[in-house]
Amino acid sequence: MKDDRLDAVAGNGLLDRRLFLRGGLAGGTLLLATAANGVEREKWMKAPGAPMDELGEPSVHEAHVKRTSVRSSPGTTGTGVSFTPHEHLDGIITPSRLHFERHHNGIPDVDPAQHRLIIHGLVERPLSFDLDALARYPKVSRINFLECSGNSGACLAPEPVQAPLSAIHGLVAASEWGGVPLAVLLDEVGVKPTAKWIVADGADAPLMSRSVPLDKAMDDAIVALYQNGERLRPSNGYPMRLFLPGWEGNMSVKWLRTIKVTDQPAMTKDETSKYSDLQSDGSARLFTYPMGVKSVITSPSHGMSLGPAGIYQVSGIAWSGSGRIVRVDVSVDGGRSWAEAALDSHVLPKSLTRFRSAWRWDGSPSVIMSRAIDEQGNVQPTRQKILENRSSGFFYHYNGIQAWQVAAGGEVTHVYA
Amino acid sequence: MSTRRFMAVVLCAALINHASADEAPNLGKPVDAATLANIDYTILPDGDGLPVGSGTARQGAEVFQQHCVACHGEGGSGGVNDALVGGQGSLASDSPRKTVGSYWPYATTVFDYIRRAMPIQAPGTLTTDEIYSVTAYILFMNGIVAEDAALTADTLPQVTMPNRDGFIWDYKP
Repeated sequence: MKDDRLDAVAGNGLLDRRLFLRGGLAGGTLLLATAANGVEREKWMKAPGAPMDELGEPSVHEAHVKRTSVRSSPGTTGTGVSFTPHEHLDGIITPSRLHFERHHNGIPDVDPAQHRLIIHGLVERPLSFDLDALARYPKVSRINFLECSGNSGACLAPEPVQAPLSAIHGLVAASEWGGVPLAVLLDEVGVKPTAKWIVADGADAPLMSRSVPLDKAMDDAIVALYQNGERLRPSNGYPMRLFLPGWEGNMSVKWLRTIKVTDQPAMTKDETSKYSDLQSDGSARLFTYPMGVKSVITSPSHGMSLGPAGIYQVSGIAWSGSGRIVRVDVSVDGGRSWAEAALDSHVLPKSLTRFRSAWRWDGSPSVIMSRAIDEQGNVQPTRQKILENRSSGFFYHYNGIQAWQVAAGGEVTHVYA
Repeated sequence: MSTRRFMAVVLCAALINHASADEAPNLGKPVDAATLANIDYTILPDGDGLPVGSGTARQGAEVFQQHCVACHGEGGSGGVNDALVGGQGSLASDSPRKTVGSYWPYATTVFDYIRRAMPIQAPGTLTTDEIYSVTAYILFMNGIVAEDAALTADTLPQVTMPNRDGFIWDYKP
């Protein structure tokens, strides 16, 4: 019987997303051949395996999967970035050890017994919370992405940067973040009626500081203690960090030390001179908080090589700081035609969402791209659209459509399309 | 009421039901004034939070040569790290130069950032007067204050930066 799922649904061989909703293709097209007859064993089946261990480490065969492009400002060791290697990952949870980093003067070695969170300012009673106290508070946990607003800024270069996916889009990751709702702590200190903002400081060497509107602090902000089920790692703010779902990553202040409730923003260095966006008329946009709707194909992506012509899975991640992803479209003909991708079952607000499409590649040069839409109706824009009003000094909050070129030989490169 | 607003209210209600202050264990400990004074770094654009002290650009030149020039260059012209001087009038051009003088909207931010984070290898080691004076030197090199003008908790917030009105708020609480 003819399988109509193998009929193209868009140009250049894009196949029906039902291929991934209803199991694999019939006849074992995508399956490996049956294993050998079992008479001869592989060598690792001929003796007892390794013993148990207290910490589960990745396979030695996966040692190449690391954070990439680790670099620091000249003359410093901890003022810089490292990137999540999404080209090697699948699903929606980023392993904690591969979560990207952006630090402003290194990772402090905070003593959890000495550390305190102090909330003060326009409050009825300034209060101090130690880690033991916070551990006794009601907690929530949610799966949310965290994205540096400098992520994907490489796409503003005049020519496409030829680098692995992670070096371009690796400043986003998703984790299960657990902690105490900040609203509970703010209720306890008693916020005064004139309050409109909070100012959060970290316990790192530069006392990294950001202002956050009080309504966000009272909405879904948490003082995070856990990441993916374990205590925060030092590079993610141990023993506690602010976490603001969906908003630019710099605001989720790590190693959270103080929160001052105020009636105005502090206009800190990072929120004014750094994470603002210069426009072509010389004005700049300030306080651009929710990260824009965005997607990127992680496989195939730059540096990969397709084999012979045949059926391939096109897979990637999509996210929005304004809520859930409702749809991702994929094109394999440079944007001339699009078809809806399948979404993995975990479609959560302000989280990474995994999408998949099937593609029968005929071996000809092709440009592949994805376009995400969120529940507020926001549609991921083209690169051209973003550049319309932006100054050459603009760098942050880039969420344009990403295109990859697949050459006749199968090599994948970065292209503007 | 929009759907989004309605959902926000529902979620807030759910949160309050789930973990209200009444149900919370109320384990916060009172903080005394001395501790507060020690941990409170916040400086607001109106000058709230600025410590007592004073400094001029003439005094700050020496501080700059000792602690800043290695990264920020002679006269703040830039080196391995950001240029602090110049670029005024360039923001709408094809080659915008964002510096303290051309881009930063508030002079209080200069003091605040130096006090928190600089110099990068030894943050927290400058005296309050040194911070006022090196702030004055950076502003002087940008043509914003006079060489002998004393910056203090009173005068610093009165400094009007060239790009004070150059920002559009995307979010207003």
